[in-house]
Amino acid sequence: MNRRHLGAVLMLATLALGACRKKPVAIAPVPTSPSTAPAIDDAAARAAREQAVRDSLAKARADSLARLASETEAANLRAILEAPVMFEYDAADVSDGARATLDAKLPVLRTNIGLRIRISGHTDARGSDEYNLALGLRRAAATRKYLGDRGIAVSRIEVVSFGEERPAASGEDDGAFMKNRRAEFEILSGGDALRMPPR
Amino acid sequence: MSIPTRSLRLRAGLLHHLRRALALSVVSGASVLVAQPGVRLGLLYGEGGSRPGIYVLPVAGAAGDSLRSIVMRDLDFSDRVTVLPKSTALATPAGSAPIDYAAAMRLGINGVVQLTPVAGGTNIVLYDVGAKQVLQRRTVALSGTLNSAAWRMAVHGISDLCEEWISGERGIAATKLAYVADGRIWLVDSDGANATSLTAAGRALSPNFHPNGQSLVYAALEPAGSAIYVSDLRGSTRRVVPPSGLNISPTFTPNGASIAYAHGDDFGTELYLVAASGGTPRRISIGRGSDNTSPTFSPDGRRIAFTSGRSGRPDVYIADDDGTNADVLAALSSASQGYRSSPDWSPDGRAVVFQSQLGGRFQTMVITLRDRVVKQLTTEGANEDPAWAPDARHVVVSSTRSGGRQLWVIDTETGRARQLTSAGGARLAAWSSRLVR
Repeated sequence: MNRRHLGAVLMLATLALGACRKKPVAIAPVPTSPSTAPAIDDAAARAAREQAVRDSLAKARADSLARLASETEAANLRAILEAPVMFEYDAADVSDGARATLDAKLPVLRTNIGLRIRISGHTDARGSDEYNLALGLRRAAATRKYLGDRGIAVSRIEVVSFGEERPAASGEDDGAFMKNRRAEFEILSGGDALRMPPR
Repeated sequence: MSIPTRSLRLRAGLLHHLRRALALSVVSGASVLVAQPGVRLGLLYGEGGSRPGIYVLPVAGAAGDSLRSIVMRDLDFSDRVTVLPKSTALATPAGSAPIDYAAAMRLGINGVVQLTPVAGGTNIVLYDVGAKQVLQRRTVALSGTLNSAAWRMAVHGISDLCEEWISGERGIAATKLAYVADGRIWLVDSDGANATSLTAAGRALSPNFHPNGQSLVYAALEPAGSAIYVSDLRGSTRRVVPPSGLNISPTFTPNGASIAYAHGDDFGTELYLVAASGGTPRRISIGRGSDNTSPTFSPDGRRIAFTSGRSGRPDVYIADDDGTNADVLAALSSASQGYRSSPDWSPDGRAVVFQSQLGGRFQTMVITLRDRVVKQLTTEGANEDPAWAPDARHVVVSSTRSGGRQLWVIDTETGRARQLTSAGGARLAAWSSRLVR
C-alpha cells in the first residue's frame, strides 16, 4: 500500500519536472529571430511577451508543486492510517510498538471526522485454522478499543478477522510468522480529501 | 456392548452354531445381519485373530473389471480384511456351481466374494471357506452408466455390504468427504474419485455434513464479516447466519435440526445454536470473554466438545450442551506445548479426536472417554483437523507428510494411512454418513 502511494508521488514529481524542462521548447511561436519580426516590433514588446511566457511557466510550476505537495501530504496521511500493527504469538495485547503506530493515527482520525476505517485481524499459520479466526478478531477488537479509548468513535471503525487465511508473507519461518501476526487498516470512506492535522 | 470383530476368537463350534442360525434367517429373507442382541456375526476364520483373507472372483460382463477392482480396493481400504491379489489361482465356478473350497483353503482364503451381473443389478454371494458353504447372498440394484459417479457409489454400497457380511461392521466406502481447497468447498468420494467443487471461488471454510449426508453447512469469510451457509450436494445454497461479526466453525446437531457455530464480537467468541432453518441464535457456551470455537456433539446431542482459550492457551473442553459443567478433556502431558484444539466426537460416542501441538507441529490424538487414555495417531509431518468416518474407526486428517497439505485417511486401529487428495492444499475435512443403505 505505502509503496504504491510513494510510487504515485514519484511519478507525479517526474511528470511535473519533465513538463518544466520541456515547455520552453514546446512554445515555438515566440519569435526569436529579428529577420522574421514585424517592422513595428520593438525590444520592449518582445521583452513583455517573453516575461508573460516566463510568468505562465512559473505559475504552472508552482501549481504542480502545490499539487505535488498536497498529494504527498495525502499519501503520507494515508500511509499513517494504513500502517499495520504487529502482535506476539497467540496474543492480542497492543504492544508498545503498536501503541506508537496507533497514536500516530489518532490526530488524522480526529481531524478527518468523515473517515471510516476497517481493521482486519490476522494470525500466523501455526494455530488451528478455526481458532485463529477468533484470535484475529480479538486482535482487531483490541486495536479498535485502543483507538476508542482515546476518543475515536468506535462506530467509525469496523472490525473483521481473516485468521491465517490472508497471510502478508508466505513461508513457515519465524520471519513470515512475525509479519503475519498483524492488524491491517483499510479506509472505507472519507479518504479522498484528507486534511493535515493542525500542528 | 458388542464384541469387536478383532477379538472374535471364540471357539469355532460356538461361532458355527451362531452362523448356522444366521444362515437360516438369511434364507428366510432377513436383511439385518445381527441375529442376537449384543453379538456381532461375520465370517468364520482362523483362531489367531488375523484378518480374514478375501478373494473377489473375476466378474463377467462389460462392467466386470471395474466392478471387481472397485470392490477389491474398497475392501482393502476397510483395513479389516486382507484382499488377495487378482492373480490368486482359484478357479471361477461355472454357472451356479460352488467354489472349490479345498483349493480356496489351500490358498489361504477365508471368504470368497462372487459378483454376477443380472438384469438391473448384481447378484452378490459370500462363500465361507472354513464352513464350506454360502454365508450370504443378495441381489442389489446396480444401474446407470459404467463408471459414472452414481454407478460407482452403488458399487461402493456393494463393498460396504460385503464388509458387513465379513466383519459384522458395515463399510464406509459409500461415503463422501467435504474439504476446503483454494477457498472453495470440495466433495470427493471416499476412494478419492469424483473430486468436485461445490462453491465458487471465495473464502469458504469448515464444512460439516448434515447427519443424513445430503447437505452440508460451512462458513464463508466475506469482506465485512463471516456468514454461515447450508448447501445441498448439488450446490443449491441458502444463508443461515448473515455476515455480522465473526461466524465460523458450524456443525449440525446429531438430529440435524440445529446448527452450532462460533460467533465472535468485541467481547470474545462464544458458541451459539440456531435452527437449521434460521432464526434467532441462542448462546450455548459460557466463555466469559474468551474465545470458543469448533463445537462437536456427542451422538446423543447432550454433550459438546470444543476449543476454548478460557485458561489462557487454547485447549479442548467438554461440557453439557448448555455450556455448564465444562472441563478440560485431557490432562496435559509433559510433551504437549499446551495448544490443543479442533475436536471431533466419534460416531459411536466412545472417543474424541483432536490436535495437539508437539515440537511446533500439530499431531492428531485420540482420547477414549471411558478411561481418558490419550493415544497419538500421527508423527510424520503436521496432521491437523481430524474428522471421524462413520465407522468410528478411520479418521481423515490434513497432513503435510508428503509436502503440501493433503487429506489422508488413518486407521486408528492399525495406524495405516492412505492419501485421499493430491491437488491443491486440502484441509478442514468432514466425513458424510453412509450414503447407500
